[in-house]
Amino acid sequence: MASTREIRRRIRSVRNISQITRAMEMVAASKMRRSQQRVLASRPYAERLEAMIGDLAALQLDPDSQAAFPLLAHREIKKIEVLLVTPDKGLTGPLNSNILRRAGRFVLEEAEAPVQVVTVGRKGRDFMIRTRQEVVAEFSNLKDSVDAAEILPITDVIIDDYTSGRVDAVYMIYPKFVNTLTQAPTVHKLLPIDPPEATGTYNDYIFEPNAKEVLNNLLPRLVDTQIYQAILENFASEYSARMVAMRNASENAKDLVSELTLTFNKARQTQITAEVSEISAGANALRERG
Amino acid sequence: MATLSVEIVTNERIVFSETDVDLVSAPGSEGMMGILPTHAPLVTTLSAGELRVKKGNTEQSMVVFGGFMEVMPDKVIVLADVAEKIEEIDLQRAEEARRRAEEAISKGGDRTDLAAAQARLSRAQVRLKISDRRRSSRRPSDLS
Repeated sequence: MASTREIRRRIRSVRNISQITRAMEMVAASKMRRSQQRVLASRPYAERLEAMIGDLAALQLDPDSQAAFPLLAHREIKKIEVLLVTPDKGLTGPLNSNILRRAGRFVLEEAEAPVQVVTVGRKGRDFMIRTRQEVVAEFSNLKDSVDAAEILPITDVIIDDYTSGRVDAVYMIYPKFVNTLTQAPTVHKLLPIDPPEATGTYNDYIFEPNAKEVLNNLLPRLVDTQIYQAILENFASEYSARMVAMRNASENAKDLVSELTLTFNKARQTQITAEVSEISAGANALRERG
Repeated sequence: MATLSVEIVTNERIVFSETDVDLVSAPGSEGMMGILPTHAPLVTTLSAGELRVKKGNTEQSMVVFGGFMEVMPDKVIVLADVAEKIEEIDLQRAEEARRRAEEAISKGGDRTDLAAAQARLSRAQVRLKISDRRRSSRRPSDLS
């Protein structure tokens, strides 16, 4: 059995660890609340933007107008771009490995053409480089207070790769925030835009200044909004996963401390018993001789 | 009488949502436009300026910067890049922003910096102009 001093040292180190994990849990919890609010607050905009495009989809599907809007045009798929959105940091329980496994499966099995990768977040970048994928651009160290304007460079890279013909389809992979305990790795097709089901009840919209101008603004905005949304989902997922992971760690540490304390007390008692019996044995021996 | 339901949404929040509205006036890219109930379906891009919503005797004024507006006979949806209610505008901050932007422009710099400063300047100017106009137009009615 370990000596009491060793056990005491282990208890102390477990306590220290639990202090750190508890602090991280609290930090993640407050960031989680904010990022969850942001992701929920930004969903209505994305939904209405999609609905608006859905309203217009019925009007814009004749082949002529499709040719005028490259973001709608389907081409033969020879090259695919993957936009992988992941956290920068670890200590998020199974979140990172889940999203990376999903991305790996997409690249190796599901993609019907060779893939090039754009990453947002260090974990995704490191993974793609380690597995020798073709990483053409990477963005990392985004702040969780990121606003829509700050992600425009990402959209620019994606849209430019697509319109210039370097890639023929773009998929985005990110951890969708479902709730605090659940984050779902999600694959979403960004480009070409498949117009949502035509929902329009009206088929004679007036456009100002004109249809082309409006759609040429609306379509990139949809891509932009979806990427922004995915980045917010990613932050909410990251902090939720980290808070849960750290809470588990703190609880495990607590269990460990109480287990170790029990072992420590037993060891101490055994030691005392041993000492007492040694002393009384010694005393007995002296008495017998005398 | 027919009325409109109105929603003004940015990618950060729902700024304004109201039913039974009588009139919306918005800064369309082709000029100010007034929308009454049973308007023909319309989609327009927006420029920067004041957006007003009239409901009965009350009126809510907002400032929007770019975006889209979809009009249906019974509904108006505004997807704004930026939108604030008039009372949410922080005058001091707008003033400060204008001063800093002017400074940046006078100092010069490369093209992108200059363009960004110019954009900040015009946003600050729109904010100041609209909240100025609001307050001066309210004053006479306060006296009466």
